[in-house]
Amino acid sequence: MATMDSSNALLGLLGTGSGYGYDLKHDYDRHFGSEKPLAFGQVYATLARLVKHGLIELLGDEAGGGPDRKRYEITEAGRDRLEEWLFEAEVPSASLQSNLFAKTIIALLLGDDAARLLDLQRAEHLQRMRELTRKKQGADLSTVLICDHALFHIEADLRWIELTSARLTELGAEVAR
Amino acid sequence: MTREPIPRAELLRDPQHPQQGANPTATTLSRPVLAVRDVHRSFGMDTALRGVDLEVQPGEILAIMGPSGSGKSTLLHILAGVLTPDSGSAHYGSTVTSDLGEAARAKLRLSEFGFIFQFGQLLPDLSAVDNVSLPLLIAGQSREVAVRQARRWLERLGLAEHAEKLPSELSGGQAQRVAIARALVTAPKVIFADEPTGALDSLSAEQVMLTLTELSRASGTTVVLVTHDARTAAYADREVVVRDGRLSGSAR
Repeated sequence: MATMDSSNALLGLLGTGSGYGYDLKHDYDRHFGSEKPLAFGQVYATLARLVKHGLIELLGDEAGGGPDRKRYEITEAGRDRLEEWLFEAEVPSASLQSNLFAKTIIALLLGDDAARLLDLQRAEHLQRMRELTRKKQGADLSTVLICDHALFHIEADLRWIELTSARLTELGAEVAR
Repeated sequence: MTREPIPRAELLRDPQHPQQGANPTATTLSRPVLAVRDVHRSFGMDTALRGVDLEVQPGEILAIMGPSGSGKSTLLHILAGVLTPDSGSAHYGSTVTSDLGEAARAKLRLSEFGFIFQFGQLLPDLSAVDNVSLPLLIAGQSREVAVRQARRWLERLGLAEHAEKLPSELSGGQAQRVAIARALVTAPKVIFADEPTGALDSLSAEQVMLTLTELSRASGTTVVLVTHDARTAAYADREVVVRDGRLSGSAR
């Protein structure tokens, strides 16, 4: 499975409203971490990096408290980065696009256009399939079969995109609970 | 996949196909060969298309994708002049096909378009060569010329040895390639294919798509293809996605 971009996912969760590190970790685990929950240390290291890059900031006077007393808020630069991430199609690879799953959930949580990001991803996948199909034409059988392997995997992703597109309303209601 | 290269000169035997309508530049490169503008279409209470705009360029291979019931076949049928829209317009070159009556559209389809369907399109009592000669006979060719041309096409598609067989004696992939020969034999400007690989296994589907796209590209024939299969769509130059009667994603 492709590694999920936990930094952008946390930024996305902060996009829904300010929060403490402790709550962010639990929100993250609820949406994405069923198999691989985030360690607290990783959450705070990531948040510190996001602060350093000006994408989030510490709120109020609680800055002096312990790590779980710190409250974070997304900045304008952070929102820009988030939109950029959401609507930049993932590179189609022969593995499950868990980043795409994260983007879909974050877009639904933000009330952003999840259907659009799936459309963009579909276009990216079909473009890659066209390239592979062209590469097959006139190639030797080994090359054809290597391309076919990639084509079948990308097609599987695409079927997930179709299914998810058809169930966005339902998914939106579930993540909002 | 062992097929002989397509003799390009032969495929281009009729490059100055008669233009439709008054405008002689109707199908030159600068304008679309097919278009629909703000097309709406319902069947009773069911709305199939709700405001679709689409242009297809000459020589382009376009895939129309979408889930079942999304309206993609309705869109193909309106582009091909099989159906007319409730509102909006459909165009072939400078001809507004949505303004034509049924007889004029039938004539247009016969002279300008070729059709390939999912299955069951070959006449079961006719041999492969007779199936392929049929459109030429309908167009008024002599039987001798029609059969000769049909044989040439079957040969070109690697089907010479199957020319005398009935459709029931052909595999699914062979039957579909006979259907391609039948669609191409009149040198159509546009080929419309509705789920052409829908009934085929993966390898036969590949061969059918390779045959269809190679022949079309060599002759500059425009292809509009409806499919829900991404691997089939990947043979096209571009795809549009119909969802709930509207175009949703369109790439490059």
